Amino acid sequence: MPKCDVIIIGGGVTGCSIAYHLAKYGCTDVVLLEREYLTSGATGRCGAGFRQQWGTKTNCLLSKHAVAKLERLAEELDYPGGVEIKQQGYLILAYTPRTQAQFKKNLALQKSLGINARWVTPEEAGEIVPFLNTEGLLGATFHEKDGHANPFKVTDAYARAARRLGVQIYTYTPVLDIRLEGGIKTVVTPRGDFQAPVVVNAAGGHAADIGRMVGLELPIQPERHQILVTEPVEPVLGPMVMCFYHNIYCQQTPHGSFIMGLGDPNEPHTYNTGSSWQFLMQMAEKAVRLLPVLKNARVVRQWAGVYDMSPDRQPVLGEVPEIPGFYVAAGFSGHGFMIAPMTGQLMAECILGKPTTLPIDMFSLSRFTTGDLFIEPSVV
Amino acid sequence: MTDKTIICRCEDVTREEIQKLIAEGAHTLDEIKRLKRCGMGPCQGRTCQPLIARELAAATGQKLEEIKPPTFRPPVVPLKLGVLAEGGKNHA
Repeated sequence: MPKCDVIIIGGGVTGCSIAYHLAKYGCTDVVLLEREYLTSGATGRCGAGFRQQWGTKTNCLLSKHAVAKLERLAEELDYPGGVEIKQQGYLILAYTPRTQAQFKKNLALQKSLGINARWVTPEEAGEIVPFLNTEGLLGATFHEKDGHANPFKVTDAYARAARRLGVQIYTYTPVLDIRLEGGIKTVVTPRGDFQAPVVVNAAGGHAADIGRMVGLELPIQPERHQILVTEPVEPVLGPMVMCFYHNIYCQQTPHGSFIMGLGDPNEPHTYNTGSSWQFLMQMAEKAVRLLPVLKNARVVRQWAGVYDMSPDRQPVLGEVPEIPGFYVAAGFSGHGFMIAPMTGQLMAECILGKPTTLPIDMFSLSRFTTGDLFIEPSVV
Repeated sequence: MTDKTIICRCEDVTREEIQKLIAEGAHTLDEIKRLKRCGMGPCQGRTCQPLIARELAAATGQKLEEIKPPTFRPPVVPLKLGVLAEGGKNHA
């Protein structure tokens, strides 16, 4: 039976980043298990954005560090061709006085942490995105160091670098069960059993299922989010345009296609990754109203993925106190991709007993029992 | 067919690039699609997927009929956002 130091469950960007960072710190006897192919879950279905415009110090710092790592990722991981980073900002629109007030508060916080986002008037927003429909707009916040990257490439870069350092990655290897015997965990798969003293649950929308295998009820539920992509056209949109009011986001990839998605507040918590006609109509209507020039762009494909939603829409990070050696890195609730470079580093530090670069206590699982929820005002 | 033959016409991916990726361990159409964009263009894989499946079969010994196609996703043909946006009004 193969024995190793750490088993990571989940081959999304988070799992691959944890694997790489463990190996980078010298812990190379690591096995990563993925039920399908790498990025087959939320990573490969996400909107691909990264932003530093948050409303809490923790998330501002986490994303600031993560973006700094993303900026030099291709170099650090020796990934020729790069990870298709486009850093032309996030324009986050405000339509209500309440949002405006919150955004001004966020800006003050961001400024104090060295994130130079700024308030822009509707006219200035129209200069940043020339064909933006500014009707009803009170203003927006803009930070030019936000942007997006290719999640497939980022994950592939981490996976390849991890493999070079000795990590073994098994794709198409679903975890069927986990047995706890003393301090050793036996992870059962169709490919055979794997044993390690440390297991990391980075299974995204499946995290609760993995938790149940060790008798743990994780408050993480899958929630479908839909998204579409157009044919590639000439570059016309620099920033990611985001609106909490309409609950949508839209970006143009370096490849030229527009990617856009919206959240449905009535979406049930199931593992549904089917596409709906209703989404296509609603998304088209909202996108064309906001960016009328998009009316001639052709949709080539729509798809869906699941957010791994936690009750306060913030991840669970760290060791589970009741099960020593069992770690969780899940519940990212729609912003896992953008912080994955830091998630990997922090989780590796935590697993190896090193001081963490940033505090992660506020992400502990126990907050759901003590009631110390992590409230982030700026989530989609 | 030479190694420089373009297999994916939407994204200009050559046979050589596909063969290299397969040699590096990408043994499914799903993986190749995500790293090379084959199947993400306007044709949605109608041209390239059977050709890539043949490359996979030749390189890995998998049987052609056992190679799993990627998920077929709507819409069947590219549709203008403007047309879809207008359609919503009539069916609201």
